Parts: sequence; C-alpha cells; structure tokens
Amino acid sequence: MNYDQVLCRRVADVPPSGIRKFFDIVNVMDDVVSLGVGEPDFRTPWNYTDAAIYSLRSGHTHYTSNWGLLELRQWIARYQAERFGPEYNPENEILVTVGASEGIDLAIRALVEPGDEVLVPDPSYVSYMPCITFAGGKCVPVPTDMEHAFKLTPEALRAAITPKTKALILPYPNNPTGGIMTRADYEAIAQVLKDTNIVVIHDEIYAELTYGEEKHVSFAAIPGMWERTITLNGFSKAFAMTGWRLGYAAGPKELMKVLCRIHQYTMLCAPIASQYAGVEALRVGFDTDFADVQRMVAAYDRRRRMLVSGFREAGLSCHEPLGAFYVFPSVKSTGLGSEEFCEKLLYGHRVAAVPGTAFGALGEGHIRCSAASSNENIQKAIDRIKEFLDTL
Amino acid sequence: MEKTEMSILNILTEDARTPISQIAVMLGETEATIADTIARLERQRIILKYPALVNWERVDVDQVEAMIEVRVTPQRGEGFEAIAEQIYRFEEVSSVYLMSGGYDLLVNMKARTMRQLALFVAEKLSTIEHVISTATHFVLKKYKDQGVLMDETTEDLRLKVTP
Repeated sequence: MNYDQVLCRRVADVPPSGIRKFFDIVNVMDDVVSLGVGEPDFRTPWNYTDAAIYSLRSGHTHYTSNWGLLELRQWIARYQAERFGPEYNPENEILVTVGASEGIDLAIRALVEPGDEVLVPDPSYVSYMPCITFAGGKCVPVPTDMEHAFKLTPEALRAAITPKTKALILPYPNNPTGGIMTRADYEAIAQVLKDTNIVVIHDEIYAELTYGEEKHVSFAAIPGMWERTITLNGFSKAFAMTGWRLGYAAGPKELMKVLCRIHQYTMLCAPIASQYAGVEALRVGFDTDFADVQRMVAAYDRRRRMLVSGFREAGLSCHEPLGAFYVFPSVKSTGLGSEEFCEKLLYGHRVAAVPGTAFGALGEGHIRCSAASSNENIQKAIDRIKEFLDTL
Repeated sequence: MEKTEMSILNILTEDARTPISQIAVMLGETEATIADTIARLERQRIILKYPALVNWERVDVDQVEAMIEVRVTPQRGEGFEAIAEQIYRFEEVSSVYLMSGGYDLLVNMKARTMRQLALFVAEKLSTIEHVISTATHFVLKKYKDQGVLMDETTEDLRLKVTP
C-alpha cells in the first residue's frame, strides 16, 4: 500500500516535535542530568490523589456531563474570578477539557476556516503551529525577543495583523522563554485589538507560576477584552497534575458552545477521577490559601535563580524569567547553533536541554532549561555546563 | 518574621548542608546578608543544630526507641516545668513534650536493649516525685520521620524530555 497516497498531506507533513529527537537520545544514555522536562518534579499532593481514589471506590466510574462535573466548574469559576480576574458562568461558559492541550485544539478548530491566519508569538510552546495547520489555518509567527523580555509588543502585533487574521494566541507566562505580560502590557495589546474582530486565545497554564511583584492577570480581565477571549488553563503545572490530563476552557457562551460541540463528539468528557481530584485541589487550595501551590512556586523561584546565576557566571547572557519554570539563556556567544550546542552538551557532558528551535525559528540561539528539577541536579547541571563552556 | 529569614529556615530544614553561596543565589541576596542572618538565627537559638536524619533500621546496631506517656501532678508555682526538667536532664532522654489530652508529658528515648530502657523507666522516671504513672510504647517500625518516607526512593518517574 502506498501510504503517502492515503495520508492527509496537511497532517502528515507537519514535522515531529523537535523535542522528540532529544528524548530518544537521552533515553539510551546513562547518568544524564536532564533540564529538559517540561513538568513539575513534585508528585501530586496526596490529598488530591486520595480524593480520586475515593471517588473510584465510591463507584464514580462513569461519564460526566460533556461540560464536566458542575461542582468542578463552580470551583473553577471561583478560582478564575478570585485569582486572575475574569468571571464566568459555570453553567455554560466553562468547559472541562483533557488538559489545556485539548483546549488549544478545540479553540483553534472552533475558530479557524481554511486560509485563516492565527498569530503566535515566537518562540512559544510546540503545539500551536501544528494545531493551526491541522485545522487548515496558517500560523503567523509574531517575533518576540530577549531585549523586550520576550513580551508581545503592540508594534509587533500591529505589523502582523492582516485582513485574514482570525485569532491571536497569547501564551503567557511563556514556555519556553519565561516571559510574562503585566496588566499594562495587556492594556497596550487591548488597544491594538479593540477595533478588530480578532479572538484571543489566552493560554495561561502557567498562571500560578510568577516570581516578581506582578501577579498574573487574565487577558479576559482587561476592560473590553472578555467578549473576545478564550481562556485556557488547567491543573498540570500549578497543582503538579500533568498525568491526570485535566484542564479547562472558559469564554463567552456563544464560543464555548462550539468548543463543547467538538469536545462532545471527540472526547465526550475528561476522565471522571481526574475531575474529582481537581475539585479537591481547588477546595483544599481555597482552604489553605493555596499552600501547596505556594510551596512549589517558592521552590521553582529558588531554582530559576540558581540557573540564571549559573548561566551568567558561565558568561552566557540570560534574561530573568518572571513566569513558568524555564530559563532561556542565549548561547549565541559560543558561535554554536541551538541544536549543535544541545547535542555537544548532551554527548560530551551529559546534560539534556532543549534547543530553542523546537519552539520556533526565533528560538535559534537559545536553549530551554527547566527549573523543575532538584537543587542537586540543577547544581550538577550548572557545573557540567561550565565545564562544557570552558572547552569551547 | 521577615520573608528572607523564613526562606532560609525552609531551605535549611530541607537540606542543612545547602552552602551559604547557594542560598544567596536562591534568594537573590548577598552572601554576607545570608551569613549574618544565619548567625543571628543561631544566636537567637532559632536554629539550634544541623543534624542528619538517619534511618537506624538500616544500621547494624542494637537500639530500641520508645515513646513514654507520663502523667504527673503539676506543682504549685512551677506547673510542669520542674518535673519536665527532672526528666529532660537525663542524656538517655531525647525529647520531652508537654501534651494536651490524656497524659501530660511525652518522653522519647533510646537505649541499646528493651530491658535497659524498661529499667530506666522503672527506676528513674517512675520514681520521680509527682509522676503518677507511665506508659511505655516501643517503636516497632518507622514509616515516615520528619516528612521523609523511610523506604521510598526519590526516583524521578518523569520522562526525561517533555515539551
């Protein structure tokens, strides 16, 4: 059979994730210190796991509503409003998804017609471009750079908008750069968007993980922006629940009803045990002023400082990430490209980092290092990276 | 307590060997500030000691540990303090807590053999004036101590590279 003839070209031609290649190499090497892991090193707090086990023992092994458990949506509504600003009706404006990843796909498919353009800050998380392409849209990278702390600037945004622009993806706090957007930054973006019909997909999966004075604000909380914003969030990063696959999308009911239509025919509902764990995570969170989250954020904060300071001491220029748990130093001064740097670092000194190019063309010259690793590992990695740089 | 002090205490209770230089980097402070703060915390007897947490069950030594509930008659003018002191002065005793509930003092102690420990309770503890009764509970197995699971490894179960 000629598989090339049967496969959908639009899908099959999307290249595999640049991360995959490194994963395959790292997996067969010994004694590698990995800074390549994009998920918390903490285990899920037992409280939440226990609630999920209890729900299973109690016989909650069935489908839930397509929208998700109402109790969970009510908690999410309170959580979004009290922590990040925007208010949503749990009845018809919040959809529980299989991770925020599903939310990305749903939001894009609900909006994009073939030929539509979707703006994506570059560099950004690996999924946006493929999801846009799968939907027949065109991904238009909007440049961000270290000089502007990897923020999306109104100038860059304005320059990228065309009559075909359907949506803007706002992935802040940002993976891989650690860049954040403050309320003032968002207000400037709102000025550019206010007279357009562009929908904003705000992927705020790292909302809890910020380190400066400025706490995260949802774009939907900026005056006038609620009606054009789909907010995506989830439990993976803040609550150390990646494997549970639990997220949500929130927005105006006219949009959410269409996201839910795709979800109901493709996914039906998020796993029920995960939803019960999510209820417990938020219930305990409100009871304890989110002590679990705060404990983990404090640890990431310390480790990100160790990484930044380590890279700067080693002579690499490194912006201070104020969100997520990644450090994104520039390796341009070494004369090596991202991939070459990462390969040499891995083969010669057994440290795994992810080349910036995995996150877009403008990631070239950078490497992504995750602070979600033990202090000991981070120190070991820094020592090895210094050794490597001395050989160049 | 100010935020830096609290952070230092959190870091040191997690790993008392964390170098001052590393704490300074972690908190974005100078080494001098961290060293001064730690010195002050030690002077104020907020930080008392930097011990290692040992799983003695894996060490080939004879050792038994017990928790002893002690009921006492508090003394006028001195409450429990004088009796507590008579107990905590013994080197054999590793900790003494005043408790709410069905008894007054919880005494933790270690000895080489069960007989030795029992004799200590019978001869020294029970005979202290105002001690009404004791109940000795020998520790058979420790599952978790000071937040650390005794047998679980800290193996990283994550994939090595993920987006």
